[in-house]
Amino acid sequence: MTAFIFRRLLQAIVVMLVVAFVAFSLFQYVGDPVQLMLGQFATPQDRIRLTHELGLDQPFYVQFFHFIVNAVHGQFGVSLRIGKPVSVLLAQRIPATLELSISAAILALVVGIPAGVYSGLRPNSWVARTALSLSLLGVSLPTFLIGILLILVFAVKLGLLPAFGRGDVVALGWWTTGLLTPSGLRSLILPTITLGLFQLTLIMRLVRSEMLEVLRTDYIKFARARGLRDRAINFGHALKNTLVPVITITGLQLGSIIAFSIITEQVFQWPGMGLLFIQAVSYVDIPVMAAYLCLIALVFVTINLIVDLLYYVVDPRLRIDRPGSTSH
Amino acid sequence: MTDIMPPHRSALPLPGEEQRSGVMSPPHPNPFRPGEREPSASEAGEGRPLLDVRHLRIEFPTRRGVLTAVDDVSFAIAPGEVLGVVGESGAGKSLTGAAIIGLLEPPGRIAGGEIVLDGARIDHLPHDQMRRVRGRRIGAIFQDPLASLDPLYSIGRQLIETIRTHLPMSEAAARTRALELLQEVGIPAAARRIDHYPHQFSGGMRQRVVIALALAANPRLIIADEPTTALDVSIQAQIITLLRRLCREYGTAVMLITHDMGVIAETADRVAVMYAGRIVEIGPVADVIRAPKHPYTIGLMGSIPSVTTDRERLVQIEGSMPRLTAIPSGCPFHPRCNRVFDRCLHERPELFEAGTSRAACWLHAPLP
Amino acid sequence: MSTNRVAVALRHSWDSDLAYSFRHSPYAMAAAVVFLLCVGSSTFAPWVAPHNPFDLGQLDLSNSLKPPMWLDGGDAAFPLGTDDQGRDILSTILFGARISLAVGICSVLFSMVLGVGLGLLAGYVGGKTDAFIMRVADVQLSFPAILIALLIDGVARALLPRAHESLAFYVLVLSIGVSGWVQYARTVRGSTLVEKNKEYVQAARLFGIHPLAIMARHVLPNVLGPVLVIGTIHIATAIITEATLSFLGVGVPPTQPSLGTLIRIGNDFLFSGEWWVTLFPGIALVVMVLAINLLGDWLRDALNPRLRT
Repeated sequence: MTAFIFRRLLQAIVVMLVVAFVAFSLFQYVGDPVQLMLGQFATPQDRIRLTHELGLDQPFYVQFFHFIVNAVHGQFGVSLRIGKPVSVLLAQRIPATLELSISAAILALVVGIPAGVYSGLRPNSWVARTALSLSLLGVSLPTFLIGILLILVFAVKLGLLPAFGRGDVVALGWWTTGLLTPSGLRSLILPTITLGLFQLTLIMRLVRSEMLEVLRTDYIKFARARGLRDRAINFGHALKNTLVPVITITGLQLGSIIAFSIITEQVFQWPGMGLLFIQAVSYVDIPVMAAYLCLIALVFVTINLIVDLLYYVVDPRLRIDRPGSTSH
Repeated sequence: MTDIMPPHRSALPLPGEEQRSGVMSPPHPNPFRPGEREPSASEAGEGRPLLDVRHLRIEFPTRRGVLTAVDDVSFAIAPGEVLGVVGESGAGKSLTGAAIIGLLEPPGRIAGGEIVLDGARIDHLPHDQMRRVRGRRIGAIFQDPLASLDPLYSIGRQLIETIRTHLPMSEAAARTRALELLQEVGIPAAARRIDHYPHQFSGGMRQRVVIALALAANPRLIIADEPTTALDVSIQAQIITLLRRLCREYGTAVMLITHDMGVIAETADRVAVMYAGRIVEIGPVADVIRAPKHPYTIGLMGSIPSVTTDRERLVQIEGSMPRLTAIPSGCPFHPRCNRVFDRCLHERPELFEAGTSRAACWLHAPLP
Repeated sequence: MSTNRVAVALRHSWDSDLAYSFRHSPYAMAAAVVFLLCVGSSTFAPWVAPHNPFDLGQLDLSNSLKPPMWLDGGDAAFPLGTDDQGRDILSTILFGARISLAVGICSVLFSMVLGVGLGLLAGYVGGKTDAFIMRVADVQLSFPAILIALLIDGVARALLPRAHESLAFYVLVLSIGVSGWVQYARTVRGSTLVEKNKEYVQAARLFGIHPLAIMARHVLPNVLGPVLVIGTIHIATAIITEATLSFLGVGVPPTQPSLGTLIRIGNDFLFSGEWWVTLFPGIALVVMVLAINLLGDWLRDALNPRLRT
């Protein structure tokens, strides 16, 4: 068990290092690091001093080391576009993205999993067939188009819900939340649906196909042959076995919600990290890009780690056996 | 050619040895079902068969038309009897077993005939009634023991679940029963291993667990579909011995489906030979093996190499079993038969009496 | 000799199960028709479209923001209306679909070649090469494709600021292609591992036949089915990814708008009530992608041996 965790942690660290390397290369070769750190209004003396401080006259690996040290402290320099430190900008925007992403994830799971289970158990019912057809449509609709259509119907034509922005927010210490105001909650609805719909359909299709696979296995057949009740077979055996692979894929999907939030934030002008990133890519604002990259990598790596651990807990086959447990 | 395996000579009864019959020995105290004892043959109503399959027909609608996978199959199993069903892959043996226990997978369906268990029809029972029959009155064992066990639950949990589904019992009592079952099937250190997961057992041990599960509610009939095929040869003998012992002790009848004639010879009382969805010969094991009547069975037995006799070549049956889409008219074996004559091509033979067995061959038709 | 075998194999499989399944699936047939229509009309857009929206000489600002022809103020010459520059929406859709399809298909081909190649390499050579390739694949798989595409696009944009406009197409194909190779590589690697251990491969090695030739002749045909299924669905994903990137402003330049760019342009007019500028390109995109997804779904079920009756 500990060996397993150790290996996974090691892998995570390697991935982070690789990402840091990519971000570092962005800094080094695509832009001028000194300028990026100081902004545009630095004097020549400042430049020389910083060049020496940053050790730009030093070998590659030393510079890389400094970069990592800085990154761990959250120092990514100053945004070229806005002129403020990147870490401050990111901190401002994280709450918006997180609230949106988590709402979308909850929507996707709470609707997607039961829908998938039902479609798997009763594949020929009209509910299942309709859901399957709609899911095909859901997978064919790009996220931004869903957002535009929702805006068209609910904001422009019906005027029920706001089309952009986050509404009124309440500051709780360093965090700002839109969940405590009516306008904040109303603003959350359309973006959540937009972001969550794609994931919802993916999860539903996944759970359905896994369920169908599991229901075809020999142990389900044997369970039927033993006369177990339908409820025991479907929920005790089939569902549990279905959820095991679903956990992995779902975990990864939820990680990608944070990335897809880029699109949703653009459509709804939601003031989150994703919008910041897009603006940075258009402007070639390297410090922001590099910082976003490292942050996203951290999120993904953490999610992957959690999913791996969860898998380990749920599936007894992955646990190391006590010695001497196999015998004739 | 055929993939039927030859029996071991030593397993056949010696001349003069009494035939094993289906009649029970005196009732045995039964840990599976305390307070009950097995009805003796006379109580069961003068040899009324436990299972009576009459003119069973199983069809598969496909895009190429309707295929008949099992065509007019009839046989009976007496209480406590072991009936072997042999045949090549695709002959219809597993489908017959699946139909009996009500697990025929769509689009396959029972298109004709009856399946009668203890005098009552079970072939088209509503779902919930059939569920009560399964496990409690008919049990099943399949080929792959690892695939038969849910990997996420301990074997104890799976046993307790099965026991409590059919018998009214508390959790603790069911656990005690489960422990007894594991000891009966020969799992060492059962008290410790009851909480282990399927992947922690070897193949032979797993099949023992499967047997325990199948017998947990003490059904009167077990359908064993290739129970030893997936096991090492050395383990096969152990499992067969175990199965035979348990079934003899608790009076459970067995429908043993296999392509291994050796297993049949050691374990079965009677044997039915299937070909292209029909039974071509059925009779007491020793007779069918020593003195086969149907040309197909003769060919099978003749293809067995013998230690004692010298032979130039092994007998081969020309050709192969026909596909379901191209079953010949009349007797389905006629294209491969070396004793074919005109009638075989046009009329399908029934099972005719031929000594102690019955064979579906015009050679044995009663003279008019 | 091998072409003969291929011909026989083709005839054998296409004349029976696959073609039968196709003939009897109304969805697959409808989807195929729609798809062919899209491909045909967009490929021949210069000849099929009623106007050329990129010929500045043809544009007349007095035509701007005309609604579709069935509404008040509509004009039959512009069946789906016009945008703010007076460009005919139907024509822009046809030309836009052309770009979308081109990027989609090219990037999938690139992805396929890269993925199949790396998969063969990993499976055949094994050892450290295999471990390395699969490690990279695992890491890449934990990031969503769109992020990887965005990153590559961003980097390219930074590295080639001036040439970016004309190279945008290739950068897009590269970024979408690189983001998608893993799925092919895994499938092909699996099959390669299976074939590698078979005796005919070892025998052929003894004969001195180059092993890669054997792998190509025996692994590839086995893998063709799944790769085709993955590829079909991947085209749909690639088109969506390209549309998303263009919508975000980091895809194709506005001088060669794809359907995504058109949607972005039209988005600005949503609130002033000129919904057609964004809706019709949107519908065109969805119809195209839906048709491809249907085909992909049908193909996957048709080639799945376990679902055959």
